[in-house]
Amino acid sequence: MPATRVLPDEESTALLQLTRDLCTRELLPQAAQAEATETFPRETFRLLGRAGLLGLPYPEEHGGGGVSYEVYLQVVEEIASVWASVGVGVSVHALSCFGLFTRGTEEQRQRWLPEMLGGELLGAYCLSEAHAGSDPSAMRTKAVRDGDSYVITGAKAWTTHGGQADFYKVMARADGGISCFLVPADAEGLTADAPERKMGLTGSATATMRFDGVRVGADRLLGQEGDGLRIALAGLDSGRLGIAAVAVGLAQAAVDHAVAYAREREQFGRRIIDFQGLSFLLADMEAATLSARATYLHAARLRDRGLPFGREASVAKLVATDAAMKVTTDAVQVLGGYGYTKDFPVERFMREAKVTQIFEGTNQIQRMVIARSLAKGDAGNLHTD
Amino acid sequence: MKIVVLVKYVPDATADRQFESDHTVDRAGVPGLLSELDEYAVEQALQLKEKAEGEDVEVVALTVGPEAAAEAVKKALQMGADSGVHVTDEAIAGSDYLATSQVLAAAVRKVGESGAVDLVLCGMASTDASGSVVPAMLAERLDLPQVTLGSVIERQGDQVRIKRDGDTSTEVIGATLPIVLSVTDQSGEARYPSFKGIMAAKKKPVETWSLADLGVDAGEVGLDAAWSKVEAAEARPPRTQGEIVTDEDGSGATALVDFLASKKFI
Ligand SMILES: Cc1cc2nc3c(=O)[nH]c(=O)nc-3n(C[C@H](O)[C@H](O)[C@H](O)COP(=O)(O)OP(=O)(O)OC[C@H]3O[C@@H](n4cnc5c(N)ncnc54)[C@H](O)[C@@H]3O)c2cc1C
Repeated sequence: MPATRVLPDEESTALLQLTRDLCTRELLPQAAQAEATETFPRETFRLLGRAGLLGLPYPEEHGGGGVSYEVYLQVVEEIASVWASVGVGVSVHALSCFGLFTRGTEEQRQRWLPEMLGGELLGAYCLSEAHAGSDPSAMRTKAVRDGDSYVITGAKAWTTHGGQADFYKVMARADGGISCFLVPADAEGLTADAPERKMGLTGSATATMRFDGVRVGADRLLGQEGDGLRIALAGLDSGRLGIAAVAVGLAQAAVDHAVAYAREREQFGRRIIDFQGLSFLLADMEAATLSARATYLHAARLRDRGLPFGREASVAKLVATDAAMKVTTDAVQVLGGYGYTKDFPVERFMREAKVTQIFEGTNQIQRMVIARSLAKGDAGNLHTD
Repeated sequence: MKIVVLVKYVPDATADRQFESDHTVDRAGVPGLLSELDEYAVEQALQLKEKAEGEDVEVVALTVGPEAAAEAVKKALQMGADSGVHVTDEAIAGSDYLATSQVLAAAVRKVGESGAVDLVLCGMASTDASGSVVPAMLAERLDLPQVTLGSVIERQGDQVRIKRDGDTSTEVIGATLPIVLSVTDQSGEARYPSFKGIMAAKKKPVETWSLADLGVDAGEVGLDAAWSKVEAAEARPPRTQGEIVTDEDGSGATALVDFLASKKFI
């Protein structure tokens, strides 16, 4: 039973309906097989792109959907509830366009954004390196200015859509500090390693990208030299909300499967949902899922009003992904031995939930962000629409 | 060029469907949608529009049905149709095929007042009544040639070539517009609306017409004027469990083959 939602207007409701149609008719039938065979569903992203779902949170004048984060995130959640890899992909794509949108010049935006948001292209972002994960400021990838271009050399680890994307938002160290570049996939010297062999999210390609003297025009620098880390971290505030939405989608799917199973399965002559010991587990799963959703929606509403939302985004990411881990694990418990097999999807949800606690800032890092913000003070403001 | 696509609002086949006390289908109390078979007609209309380079093609989505039937028009507009017409009138409730085709014909004629209609596109059947006769009746009433059950449509000017796949042969039929044409579910998957299409649909014109607007006498349509009556309608009994073949002595495959052969599947 999918989540009950209250949406701000009729178009948003139609958008969610369209999303559900695409999910049940196009995504669901493929998801299990693609995950089992570790196949990246490039065509599925094109389908979502044609439906307009790859540019939702950007303004219409740049080719986006002009949709609020409150609505966009619920689309991501619905997608993730049938296929987490695709939900993550939609969020990562949005994040990859973020630097250009927020820090690009008007000329840069007009040149590249409509294409990036148009649905045919897929984006990726390269921040992490093998030795620089939680601490991206330790990155070593270099961008050396040479006339009117930069030459990028180094390796970026863990790139979601690595080798599949059409463009990469790349953070590299220039003379003026860490800087952000928009690099086309066909740039000479840019190659992808073989994808990582992961525990879950196996339909999503994750690969190290190698920059072997990749030359890009200086017009592909976003903002100024030295702005890169700030651009990356600002993007992550929004990206984390995407991951929170993915996590809630996973939790919702786990609740739905567990409840459906518990209403059918009989032991001791009764449906197992009629045993209090089990039904309270289900009640806790439902409560965790609902409160996680409310948490990311709260952060989204702040963001939509142009208010600071970084702390709330970190809280949402922390709460939602921890909830997803617990709820998916409990769903396996509800299904008993069957839950532990690949014949049911809940073990996959559990494997997929794990990574949401790790990427876009581990949950330890989220606590750090939240604590730092608390140390600074500032809360308790009342805002009117 | 002007194309009218007929779009029917039907009860959702995946939900519980009900009958009213007069044995007509309950259309108000159950969730409904644009008949999936009509989505193929919308798709073909949109493809004809897209292929007509440089030529102005207007696609008008037409529905006859209760208030909620506006949803069928809306879906067609979201997919890409240019405008919509919703004929609604309490007197229409319970109409049989003859009366329905009469109302549709009057509506198509009225659409034609603002520019001749070159093509009336329909689905191969509705997913609720499954009569498949409306396109033929409509063609008769409009005095137009009809081609039914097309799977491929090619147009050059006012000439169309339509492929029809029968059980024993494939026909290619040539026709000169204007015609009434129905298309099958083999004509190509219908597109999803895009979010931009959903936003654009809000601004597209939809006209709502009553029987009086069409000059149709209310006494000629509706349940009382129907030429046939449904005397009883009962839900089918739930499906019983199928036959389970347990292979204990190696005869399982033979049993399966015999079963399939008895049902003429092989
Ligand atoms: C499937 C997947 C997809 C990814 N996609 C991308 C992508 O598209 N682009 C990209 O740039 N990166 C991506 N990443 C990388 C991801 O963001 C990093 O893995 C993550 O930031 C953690 O870095 P690390 O793996 O190096 O772990 P480390 O930073 O080495 O952390 C190891 C452990 O130490 C803890 N830790 C570290 N520092 C502290 C501290 N100060 N206080 C307390 N605990 C600490 C961490 O929480 C963690 O538990 C992806 C990763 C995965 C697994």
